[in-house]
Amino acid sequence: MDRRDPFRHNVLTSGHRACSGCGEAMAARMVSDLIGPDAIYINATGCLQVFTTHNQQSAWQAPWIHSVFANAAAVASGVEAALRAQRKKTPVVVQAGDGGTFDIGLQCLSGMIERGHDVLFVCYDNEAYMNTGVQRSSSTPHAVHTTTSPPGRVSQGKRHLKKDLISIIAAHNMPYAATATIAYFPDLKAKVEKAMGITGPRFLHLLSPCPLGWAHDSALSVSVSRLAVETGLFPLVELEHGELTGVMRLAEQKPVEAYLRPQGRFKHLFDSKEGGVELRHLQALADARIRRYGLLETDTQWDTHSAMQSARHGRGGYASPMSTVEALNSDA
Amino acid sequence: MKRLLEGSQAVAEAVRLCRPQVVAAYPITPQTHIIERLAQHVADGELKAEFINAESEFGAASIVLGAVVGGARAFTATASQGLLLMTEVLYNIAGLRLPLVMVCANRAVGAPINIFSDHQDSMSVRDAGWIQLYVESNQEAADTLIQAYRIAEACELPVMVCMDGFLLTHTFEPVDLPAQVAVDNFLPPFHFSRTLDPARPMTLGGASEVDNYQEYRVAQHEALENASALIEAFDAEFGEQFARTCGGLVQGYCLDGAQTVLLGMGSLMGAVRDVVDKLRARGEAVGALRLRCFRPFPASALVRLLSGVQRIIVLEKAISIGAGGIVAAELRAALQQAGTPVEGVVGGLGGRDLTPDVIEKIFQEVTPDEGGNTLRFASTHVSPDSKKEVDNG
Repeated sequence: MDRRDPFRHNVLTSGHRACSGCGEAMAARMVSDLIGPDAIYINATGCLQVFTTHNQQSAWQAPWIHSVFANAAAVASGVEAALRAQRKKTPVVVQAGDGGTFDIGLQCLSGMIERGHDVLFVCYDNEAYMNTGVQRSSSTPHAVHTTTSPPGRVSQGKRHLKKDLISIIAAHNMPYAATATIAYFPDLKAKVEKAMGITGPRFLHLLSPCPLGWAHDSALSVSVSRLAVETGLFPLVELEHGELTGVMRLAEQKPVEAYLRPQGRFKHLFDSKEGGVELRHLQALADARIRRYGLLETDTQWDTHSAMQSARHGRGGYASPMSTVEALNSDA
Repeated sequence: MKRLLEGSQAVAEAVRLCRPQVVAAYPITPQTHIIERLAQHVADGELKAEFINAESEFGAASIVLGAVVGGARAFTATASQGLLLMTEVLYNIAGLRLPLVMVCANRAVGAPINIFSDHQDSMSVRDAGWIQLYVESNQEAADTLIQAYRIAEACELPVMVCMDGFLLTHTFEPVDLPAQVAVDNFLPPFHFSRTLDPARPMTLGGASEVDNYQEYRVAQHEALENASALIEAFDAEFGEQFARTCGGLVQGYCLDGAQTVLLGMGSLMGAVRDVVDKLRARGEAVGALRLRCFRPFPASALVRLLSGVQRIIVLEKAISIGAGGIVAAELRAALQQAGTPVEGVVGGLGGRDLTPDVIEKIFQEVTPDEGGNTLRFASTHVSPDSKKEVDNG
């Protein structure tokens, strides 16, 4: 039995307690098998920690630690410093969800990158606090239905834009930052391998569908991941020292509706006039990302400009014209 | 050879002698002189350690947590707001049973914001599962720091060395720093039984639920209680090697025949001993007891030392708002069977001086009251409105 043989022994073994179709479980298995068991894994609090460790059981075949929610990057900084002091070369890998990366963990992550620790930070982004019951995070796309951003009579889900984290990370001028998904394994593999060949802070942002929180069929996790890329909502990019050095181009752009329709978290947008405004805005956001990263040979056919100009009045990403919101409020 | 050292310098030199491999900290007054000196030692190559400038105290505590599980001896220091910002990680470090040493340069907690010394910060995290040792002098700060690593690594428990901000950290005293070889003899090289290592994969910090969480907590409590014996033993062993001790768990002064004993923690006890000398010279049967180890709470040692005493006054520099003195309450519980009255006095908050005059007034004026448990406040200010205040006019 060679635990180093990924064909027989995964670093994240079967028998854990993830939901069927869990995008994060698939992503974590892929990433950890690509890195292998000769690394130290630091996990933030979240689904991955909960479903892989339970009452003295563990699904990890590599050294692994969980401390608290916000501090995974700082713990990794300390582990890496200890290894450096002992002249050991063991790779250090952080795994965190979007809450542990975009929100509560961002300060420690920024510190880790700024200090140049030789750590790979992997964010499995399922765009909400799934472990606690699908609450909104700063990674949740605008207009999404979560339990703390429910659509109602006067609002259409989350009122603010998804935080542009990869740009924030890249602004640290760090060696390597990239986005990837489970739907494009060769791309993911190339990025993990590239990241592991670089010294210094590295960041991988993996979109990881959550059938429970996104309310899609659990068989569709890979398809939904692919559609996020094909619509331009989740561009696959690489940034080195703050500069864009790689994008996965699209043969054609699919309308965002193809991505949104299978997901219950966007269902309310298809039921009302106000929802239609949000759909146009989500399309505009996809268009803007396609333009920004040059994902198409030709310019997008969609009307980027008008939807991006919708009256936000400093309210972040919520696209409903203020007049609509005010009219609904005055009814009440 | 004795050198004139600020408390911060003394403790930083002691840290250097313990050869930590990772030092992480975030600046906060009055702790900064400690890490500044360590940073200089690292810059000069006199301390071979990774010096990590954390992005917050929460980060600093997390970095040293990581350093220990990565197999390195580590050090951090903080105070006040910084200690409270670390709170979540402090509990985690203790729950993970990590051998870690930190210095808390004791400072008041806001609001109102105040940089001066009292014990509110460390007392507020007394339930986190750390051993807490309160030092009286710069010499003791240095010596206790060295003992702290020995204790932490033998028990796999974290130790907080609590030293009064400014009163010790910024005050110069003659300090005898041990030789490196002597410290190396006293403190074995760092070893942690659960170091993260791919050759021996281990899962740390996994989830525990209803069926075993309580057992972990009980084990943690027992480990802390069992540490008492080692805290005393290592102080005695330190004494054999260095010809001075730090007071074990509790340190009595003039307890023979004492009818009234004043109990306190930290640097104020020097003044208390002076007052005891003065009152003894006048024929008053008074004594003093310094609580060096607050966690684990040395209840049985206190009961033993205080048997036969008629009146105990606890003078403490922290308050459980809405309840009163913290040490006084715990001592009352310990002395429940003996039934000795324990008078609680809170004072010295936010750096207010507890002068010999104030302490003498406390000895003279604090008498058992009808209902018991009345909280009094020591003050250098005249406050005609408050009959409960003990002032020195």
